Amino acid sequence: MKIAIASGKGGTGKTTLATALAQAATEPIQLLDCDVEEPNAHIFMKPQLTEREAVTIAIPVLDTDRCTNCGKCGELCQFNAIVTIADQTMIFSDLCHSCGGCILVCPEKALQEQPKTIGYIDTGHSQSLNGDTITFVKGTLNIGEAMAPPVIKQVKKMVDPNQLTILDCPPGTSCPMITAITGSDFVLLVTEPTPFGLHDLKLAVETLRLMDIPFAVVVNRAGCGDNRVDDYCSDEQIPLLLQIKDDRRVATAYSRAEGLLTALPEMVTELRALLGRIDNCVAAAQRSLS
Amino acid sequence: MKIAISTTGNTLDAAIDPRFGRAVRFLIYDTEQKDFTLVENEQNLNATQGAGIQAAKIVADSGVQAVISGQCGPKAFNVLSTAGITIYPCDANSIAEALELYATGALQPAKDATVEGHWV
Repeated sequence: MKIAIASGKGGTGKTTLATALAQAATEPIQLLDCDVEEPNAHIFMKPQLTEREAVTIAIPVLDTDRCTNCGKCGELCQFNAIVTIADQTMIFSDLCHSCGGCILVCPEKALQEQPKTIGYIDTGHSQSLNGDTITFVKGTLNIGEAMAPPVIKQVKKMVDPNQLTILDCPPGTSCPMITAITGSDFVLLVTEPTPFGLHDLKLAVETLRLMDIPFAVVVNRAGCGDNRVDDYCSDEQIPLLLQIKDDRRVATAYSRAEGLLTALPEMVTELRALLGRIDNCVAAAQRSLS
Repeated sequence: MKIAISTTGNTLDAAIDPRFGRAVRFLIYDTEQKDFTLVENEQNLNATQGAGIQAAKIVADSGVQAVISGQCGPKAFNVLSTAGITIYPCDANSIAEALELYATGALQPAKDATVEGHWV
């Protein structure tokens, strides 16, 4: 089963919850850090990283001898990555989405694919509280690169369908978040009880309903704001599966690169129960489909 | 010669649009005929990325030799330079004022992009 931890708003506690769930699990699991623009789960998991592989995308390169500057490639490109101007064709590879369309449409076969490294994947191991193996995978997008989805897709290629997999996802509701949650069996939306938290939670809920993935809400820093998130979940009939209280000890531990379970060890029971509740939600969603 | 000026309006009294790639439109002024045409930039105003590149293509295809705008990013600068178009950053209040400054040689051509790109 694949559980994605997403949020809408950034900084609500996705990594805090994802790493704590991984540590609380009572079976060998996988933890995938899909927040490739700023991966940070490793800071709390302290895994032994043993392998690294590059992530490359295909970008077009131009053979200027063949190119007649007809401009068809630029007309086709939906990402404004190619332009023909003053009898010269220019490629802006950092805008390229690797669709390959320009290569297909070129009548002179003047464009060819060339790999370009945009990031890397690290793989290794960590341990749960029980001593079970946590397979840890982390994607990193190189600084200055704009295309997170290819790196996220490569991280997700490491998913073992026979294991429980927890995906720590990027914030927001745009391409990186969509790429990360696609194919998940369940999404946990972590939010905080503030107007910002609620606003972005609504965007995330809208996204998940469009994608038709079952989901539930976890409120982090409960007690720091108001009850509007609770009221919203109850009005929308969204299960609110866990409340993590607002506790200074969690922040103190975080600043020392220690996770939720270091600060509040008693929460392990609730986190294990949460995994059980997710099982029930997924089973219920599957029943409603069949 | 022709000069493209980024603008939010449609007359010579109109304000200069400080954005180049996401300008509302371009006023293409002909210094010999002393008249102008308007070219819309709506498609690039709403582009997710690469607005500067396509705006540069629009003005290049209009046959201009100079651009007067508020700012110009690195990709737009690259395309305009390749097309042999000179960029004059300008914070004048109106197009007429900017053209006056241009005519008297008071505008300095940009040697490089005046602002950073949005991806760096």
